Amino acid sequence: MARKIRVLVAKPGLDGHDRGARVIARGLRDAGMEVVYTGLHQTPEQIVEAAIQEDVDVVGLSILSGAHLTLFPRVYDLLRENNAEDIMIIGGGTVPDDDIVTLKANGWAKEIFTPGATLDSIVEWINTNVKIN
Amino acid sequence: MCNSADDIRKAKGEWIQSREKMRDRDFVFETVSSLPVNDLYTPEDIENLDYIKDLGMPGQYPYTRGVQGNMYRGRLWTMRQFAGFATAKESNERYKYLLTKGQTGLSVAFDMPTIMGYDSDHPRAFGEVGRVGVAIDSLQDMETLFDGIPLDKVSTSMTINAPASILWCMYIAAGEKQGVPLEKLTGTIQNDILKEYIAQKSWIFPPLPSMRLITDIFAYASRHVPKWNTVSISGYHIREAGSTAVQELTFTLADGFAYVEAGIAAGLNVDDFAPRLSFFFNAHIDFFEEIAKYRAARRIWAKRMKEKYGAKDPRSRMLRFHTQTAGCSLTAQQPENNIVRTAYEALAAVLGGTQSLHTNSMDEVLALPTEKSVQIALRTQQILAYETGVPNVIDPLAGSYFVEALTNKMEEEAEKYFAEIERRGGVLAAIDQNFFQQEIADAAYHFQRTVDSKKRIMVGVNEFVNEDEKQDIEILKIDPQVEKDQVARVQKLRSERDNIRVRENMDALRKAAQGTENVIPYILGCVRAYATEGEIVQLFREVFGEYREKPIF
Repeated sequence: MARKIRVLVAKPGLDGHDRGARVIARGLRDAGMEVVYTGLHQTPEQIVEAAIQEDVDVVGLSILSGAHLTLFPRVYDLLRENNAEDIMIIGGGTVPDDDIVTLKANGWAKEIFTPGATLDSIVEWINTNVKIN
Repeated sequence: MCNSADDIRKAKGEWIQSREKMRDRDFVFETVSSLPVNDLYTPEDIENLDYIKDLGMPGQYPYTRGVQGNMYRGRLWTMRQFAGFATAKESNERYKYLLTKGQTGLSVAFDMPTIMGYDSDHPRAFGEVGRVGVAIDSLQDMETLFDGIPLDKVSTSMTINAPASILWCMYIAAGEKQGVPLEKLTGTIQNDILKEYIAQKSWIFPPLPSMRLITDIFAYASRHVPKWNTVSISGYHIREAGSTAVQELTFTLADGFAYVEAGIAAGLNVDDFAPRLSFFFNAHIDFFEEIAKYRAARRIWAKRMKEKYGAKDPRSRMLRFHTQTAGCSLTAQQPENNIVRTAYEALAAVLGGTQSLHTNSMDEVLALPTEKSVQIALRTQQILAYETGVPNVIDPLAGSYFVEALTNKMEEEAEKYFAEIERRGGVLAAIDQNFFQQEIADAAYHFQRTVDSKKRIMVGVNEFVNEDEKQDIEILKIDPQVEKDQVARVQKLRSERDNIRVRENMDALRKAAQGTENVIPYILGCVRAYATEGEIVQLFREVFGEYREKPIF
């Protein structure tokens, strides 16, 4: 039997808008994934450290502060510096369309889910795109 | 009444019989909070309503019908749009623009580093300066923010919590610079730390020292800044975090009573500070549920303040509140629809007797609002105030079988939660047990599931979707130069100010914080010397410690 997909749901930045992060964490757990939630106010360094320690397949960043163009590249760079580029980065939050194009074109995020995305669609995307062995 | 109870019972029985043959739509008939509602309400549902005891006249105990005797015939609600972005200079220009458009009060949004007590050049502020509000590092920025705006003429609401005491002192000091005496300053600081632990999560210090800062503010304001609303006890964020209407109502009032108890425990007379407590509620999309929530809130507050806390001053028993329409009811899809949602929500707030109102802009779900969308939001209120005729009659829905029954139901449900909170040892203990946080998380998850399964329809999101929709509304973007400029500004300030004066004032503040003296005069000394917010918060972190939550989901 295949092992479960491991996900770190992370809340970088200073804001406390954790409704989305917690709903997603619970939804992914209910869909059979192993989920770790970092809690609030995490620095990119703390997130990457947790991702490596918890040996996750994917990091989901929840960002509603507008700082996405700073935080995604930072997490991306830190994963590479720590030889953990196999960990996939996805995200969710209030990210304008233009910025989603920028984030994906640079490889800083594989996918961004915006308000209105259903839990099922996120679960399906992860199941399809995260390869585990 | 011309009909006897028997007549009504008989007529209702006949109606039920004929109704049973009718098929209803395949739909779940409940409020947005999953509270089931009947299809019909009749006099039977409010049989026990005692007009004088339960409703009374407007401006009279228990204030169910409103806190002023003439409500909107005397004065319309204050149209108060929350705004702030980038630097103090740019926000100052936005405030002046809003004032020329007919807005009657200011409402300051701070950026996240200011809210969390970091100066703009702190590493944790990187990328967040000026993004979701204005960056204020010192009195210098506060002076710029209100340049050319006479602080004895406008009332200002500041959405600031953990470091509220510091920003409030900067505002007082900015007033001093304009020559405005303290007793003429009017406005509100949110200063509601309990809902931060419960929902909004912008905490810095642990609960006990945080409560001490709040009671110090109560004491100082009652003596020196008597027209200031010292705390805006907020359900807004509890609701935005996913709570139901009943949870918003109950947790907010419970927080309010906790502040009252803290004030009394600090040796204050309840009537010396309770008149300056104000509330802040959400206006969500379920129309009648919201109206009932506001009416129930006034009645519960009045009764408990009188009966449990012995408040004698009528103003201590009056629940005055600001309302903001529900950000979480807005959708990124077809954002123009948000104008309509906001208009219905604003109507509910006014029918519920709000004292002031913020209407959200259609694009707030995507980014900070543009000037055009802010204007539409303000115009929404002006149309409501001047064209619809709604403000002509006080509490016009009173006596509605449905609205009165729902108001009673809200109160009953609230009493159950109050009992549970009491059983857990009070608000602080319940926070420590993650009680509120888990209740809200459960409600948020349940709501998301009902949307995902289309049990609940959100127009443009899970039904009536425009395929291939593209965002074609203008998005306000913050220039990265804003952060660089603000960092340079605070660093220049630190090198140019009288640092000996700063150190002396900071040392005095540290002593006061370590002891039991009121810290407000000492914070004032620090900000007058241009100590920065981050420096003062750091001092408090060293004395008070920092709060950590247990992450749950």
